[in-house]
Amino acid sequence: MKRVYAREEYCVGCKLCEIHCIAAHSKYKNDLIKTFKKDTNPPVSRILVEENKPVSFALQCRHCDDAPCTKACIVGAMQKDPETGIVTNEEDRCVGCWTCILVCPYGAIQRDERGHKVASKCDLCSENGKVPACVEHCPNRALEYGEEPFYLAKGK
Amino acid sequence: MSLNYMTPAFIIERDKDRCIDCQVCVRQCANEAHKWDEEEQKVYSEDANCVNCHRCVVMCPTRALSVRRFPLEFRYNANWTPETIRAIYLQAETGGVLLTGMGNDRPYPIYWDHMLLNASQVTNPSIDPLREPMELKTYLGRKPDFLKIKNGKLLEDIPPQLELDVPIMFSAMSFGSISLNAHKSLAAAAQQVGTYWNTGEGGLHRDLVQYGDHTIVQVASGRFGINPDYLKAGAAIEIKIGQGAKPGIGGHLPGEKVGEEVSKTRMIPLGTDALSPAPHHDIYSIEDLRQLIYSLKEATEYQKPVFVKIAAVHNVAAIASGIVRAGADVVVIDGYRGGTGAAPLRTRDSVGIPIEFALAAVDTRLREEGIRNKASLVIGGSIRNSTDIVKAIALGADAVYIGTGALIALGCHLCQKCYTGKCNWGIATQDPQLYKRLNPEIGAERAANLLKAWAHEIEELLGGMGINALESLRGNRLMLRGIGLTDRELNILGIKAAGE
Amino acid sequence: MLKEGQVRIPAGCAISGIMNKKGEVFSGRDIIKSIAVMHDRSNGLGGGFAAYGIYPEFKNHYAFHLFYENKKVKQETEFVLNKLFNIELAEPIPTRDVSSIGKAPLIWRYFAKPKANQIQANETEAEYVVNFVMKINSELEGAYVFSSGKNMGTFKGVGYPEDIGDFYRLDEYKGYIWTAHGRFPTNTPGWWGGAHPFSLLDWTIVHNGEISSYDANRRYLEMYGYKCTLQTDTEAITYIFDLLLRKFGLPLDSAINIVAAPFWSKISRMNPEQQKLMKSLRAVFSSLLINGPFSIILGSTNGFMALNDRLKLRSLVAAEKGDNLYIASEESAILEICKNPDKTWAPRGGEPVIGLLDGKESLYCFDETQEEEVVRHSVAL
Repeated sequence: MKRVYAREEYCVGCKLCEIHCIAAHSKYKNDLIKTFKKDTNPPVSRILVEENKPVSFALQCRHCDDAPCTKACIVGAMQKDPETGIVTNEEDRCVGCWTCILVCPYGAIQRDERGHKVASKCDLCSENGKVPACVEHCPNRALEYGEEPFYLAKGK
Repeated sequence: MSLNYMTPAFIIERDKDRCIDCQVCVRQCANEAHKWDEEEQKVYSEDANCVNCHRCVVMCPTRALSVRRFPLEFRYNANWTPETIRAIYLQAETGGVLLTGMGNDRPYPIYWDHMLLNASQVTNPSIDPLREPMELKTYLGRKPDFLKIKNGKLLEDIPPQLELDVPIMFSAMSFGSISLNAHKSLAAAAQQVGTYWNTGEGGLHRDLVQYGDHTIVQVASGRFGINPDYLKAGAAIEIKIGQGAKPGIGGHLPGEKVGEEVSKTRMIPLGTDALSPAPHHDIYSIEDLRQLIYSLKEATEYQKPVFVKIAAVHNVAAIASGIVRAGADVVVIDGYRGGTGAAPLRTRDSVGIPIEFALAAVDTRLREEGIRNKASLVIGGSIRNSTDIVKAIALGADAVYIGTGALIALGCHLCQKCYTGKCNWGIATQDPQLYKRLNPEIGAERAANLLKAWAHEIEELLGGMGINALESLRGNRLMLRGIGLTDRELNILGIKAAGE
Repeated sequence: MLKEGQVRIPAGCAISGIMNKKGEVFSGRDIIKSIAVMHDRSNGLGGGFAAYGIYPEFKNHYAFHLFYENKKVKQETEFVLNKLFNIELAEPIPTRDVSSIGKAPLIWRYFAKPKANQIQANETEAEYVVNFVMKINSELEGAYVFSSGKNMGTFKGVGYPEDIGDFYRLDEYKGYIWTAHGRFPTNTPGWWGGAHPFSLLDWTIVHNGEISSYDANRRYLEMYGYKCTLQTDTEAITYIFDLLLRKFGLPLDSAINIVAAPFWSKISRMNPEQQKLMKSLRAVFSSLLINGPFSIILGSTNGFMALNDRLKLRSLVAAEKGDNLYIASEESAILEICKNPDKTWAPRGGEPVIGLLDGKESLYCFDETQEEEVVRHSVAL
C-alpha cells in the first residue's frame, strides 16, 4: 500500500506538515487562516515533527500490516480497511480509553480531548483521495508518498 | 558599552490578519529576525537582524510577510549617500575591512544591454528549431591548425577536448564556500544536461567522485585538496589565478566553516582557517605559469585540458595571449561583476573591467596574433540570461560559466551575506541545520531546468538569425549592433551601431 | 553610396555549370544559353563566367585579369607586377559593345610567371601569387585582380549574365569547364569587382545564397592572412576552400564535411573511426562551417564540385549526358542545352556532386610539394 515515508536528511523542521495536517482535518478544510483564527477548537496534528537538532523528521501512523491498535481497540473503532490498508479510527465509536496509544509501537496516536475524547491518528487524508496534505506541502520533499520507501525505489 | 549607530536595513511587515502565529518564520530564520513571545503567544520581528533573504516570505504558509527597505532616511545628500555613511559607522565601530558577498552591485553600465541581435528577413530564411535540427554542441580545448588524414582515417588524435551539449558550465565555487548539497545539485545537473561543474578551490568530496566525467577540478593558490587522484578524477583542470569579484586578492575560509567534511576534503585540520594566498607562490611570472600548466599535464598524462582562469583587468588581452602561449588549453576570463562568497567590498566594487570589453579585447587580440584556435575562450562574471550568452558567443566566447545564476536557480536571493555562513537557503553554509534545506534532488532539477530553458532560448535566437549550429555564431560580430554606445565603445567591442 | 567591400550586400542568384570529363573543349555559347534561361533570378546588377582550358598557348603562365578605375592605378599596379613577375603578354581583354552594359572599367589581362628570386624561402609559388593578389586588392585603390589562375579565366561585370557573356565575346573562347553566375543584389553596388564568379589561383566559385555564418568564417580566415576585402560570401567561401584544400592539404571529402558538416545526430550513427574523424573535423574547423542557405559550384583545373548547405535551403539540380556533367539552380537551365540527359537528380543538402576530369583524383591542382605526411585524398562520386 501507499504510505508516507520521511527523509530525515531533508527535513528542515519547519513544521509546515503539522500546520497543513491541522487545516486538512479542521472544519475549515485547508483554509489555514480560518482554521487558526476562527476554529476555536482546532484538531491536533496527526503528524509530529520529532526534533533533536540538527536531526528532525516527521512521524505519523505507519498503517502497519498487522496493526496492534486494531487488535487492542476495545470497541472495534480502530479498523484496517482490507482494500486500501488504511488504519482509521471511527471517532463516533471511540470511547477514549487510550489502549491504542499504549500498544502503538511508533507513538503515532494522540489524545484529542476537544469535546468527546478520541484517539487521533493519521488517516492518509483518505477522505480527500489525494496526496496527503503533509506530503503535498512539504517544501523540501522530506516526505514521500509511495508504495515503498524511497531508499528501495531509488535502488531500482 | 557605547551607543551603536547602526540602524536596521530592512523592516519586516507582518500582516496580522493573515499571520496565524505558526512560527514557521521563527524556525526558518537563522538570523533570528523572527521571534516567539512565549508570554504573548505571538510571533514578533527583530528588524535589525533581517538580511532580506526572503526565506520567511517564501515559507510563510499564509503569505503574511513582506520585507522592505527600512524607511529611515538621512538628510538628502547626493554625495554622502546612506551606504557611504553607514559604511563609516560600521568601520568606526569595528576598525575592520568591509566584507560582502556576491558580485559587484554598483550601477555601472551593463554592456550586454547595449547590444542587439540580428534576425533573418527575406534574403535568407530563419530556421524553426522545433522542425529543424539545432546544434549547440561545443568542444573546449586546444585545436591544431590542421588535421592529418589518410584514406579517410585520422592519423593523429587531436588534443583532449571537453564536449558540451550546452555552452554553459557552472563556475568554480568551493566546498566550504558553498554546501555539499549545493555541489551535489550542480554536479548532478551538469551530468544530466551534458556539461561541467567546477569544484572551486576546496577539493572534491568523495561522494562527488562519481560525477568526475562532468567535473572540472580547480587548482588555486591554497592548493587545498589536491593530490594525483583529485587531478585525475576530473575531466579537466583549472588553474585559478584570479576571480572577477576580487582580482588580486586571495581567499579566507574561516575556521568555523571547516567542519569534518570540509576538513577531510580540503585536507586541512578541523576548525583551522583556510587561507588562499593572493598569488600562487610558485607563479610570479608567465614562465612560472607555463611550468605549472605542464606539471599538471604531466601528472595527468596529457589526457586533460588545462584551463587558466584570470580576472578581467586592464591589460587582460596581453595576459590572455601570454596564457595561450604558456600552453593553456582554455582561457577563462571572469568579469568584474563575478560573484564570490566573501570579498572586501572596496575591491569588489572598484577593481577590474566589464567582461564584455575584456572578452572582445581578448578575442580580437588572439585572432590578430593568429592563436585564437590554440585555446578556447570561456567567460563568466554575471551572465544573467540566454541573450547574454548569445551575445557573448557572438563577441567570440566559446562557452560561458554561470555561478550566481546557478545559485539563484537553487534558491539564492542575493542577500549578499554569504560570508556569514548563515545562508537560510542552505547554499553558502556548512551548518547542518541549514544545508539540509537544499535537497540536492530538487537543486539538480532546478539547475538542470535553467540550463535546458536557456538552451531552448538560444536555439530560438539562433534560428531567428538563420543559424543552425552554435559555432556559426562564434565570433560572428555582424550579428550584433550597439545601442547607446560611444564610437570608442563600439570600436572596443568590434561591432557596428544599430542602423549601420 | 558605399560599394561592395565597404558594405555587406545580401544577394540572391542563379548558377550554372557544364564540364566535359574527357577535357574536350567547347565554346561559351552553351553556358550563356543556360544562364539566360534563369534571367529572372538576376536583376542586371551582376553576371559572370569562369572558363577552364581557354588559354592553351599560355598554359604555364598565370593569367591575371584586372579591373582598373583609371590609368594612374594601372601604372602603379603594373609597376608591382613587373617587380614580382616576368610578363609574357599584356593586353586589354577583347570586348564588344553591348547596349545594355554601362560604363566598363579598364579591363586588362597579363600572362606572367613569378620571378624566382622574389619568392621567399618559406613560401610556395601559390602563396607568392596569393600574396600578390591580396596586396593589389587591399592596398591599391581602384585596381582589382579578378582572375589569377593558369589556363583559365573569369569574366564578369555589371549587367545580366547573358549580356556580360556577349560583352566578353565568350562565344569565341573554348573551354572544358564553364560556370556562370547571375546576381540579384539587394542594392546597387555598381562595381564590376563585386560581380561573380569569385576567383583565386585556379579556384573559382559561383554561389547562390546568403550565409549567416559570414563573420565567423571571415574572422577565422583572417587569422590565416586572407583579407576579405569584398565582404561577400563568395569571397569567403573561396578562401575557405583555398585554406582547407591548398594550405592545409585536406582531402575534398573532409573539406565538404567541414563546410556542410553532417549533423551530430548523423555522426552518432557512424562507426567509431568515422565518428572520431568527424568529431575532430567539426571541433577543429567549427568556424568554417558555412551556415545558412547556399548552393555553390567550386571550379578548378581538375574539375568541379557542386554543393548545397546541409539543410538544402537553395535549389540545385544536376544532370549527366555522356561525358558531360551539368549543374544549375533550375532544371530548365540544363534542359535548354541538353534535351535528354541520361540522368537528372537533385543532390541532397550537404551531398556534393563531384565531377573530375578522367585520370584526376582531386580538385586540388597545385603541384608544389607539401609536407610529406599530408596525403591528399578524394572521393569521386
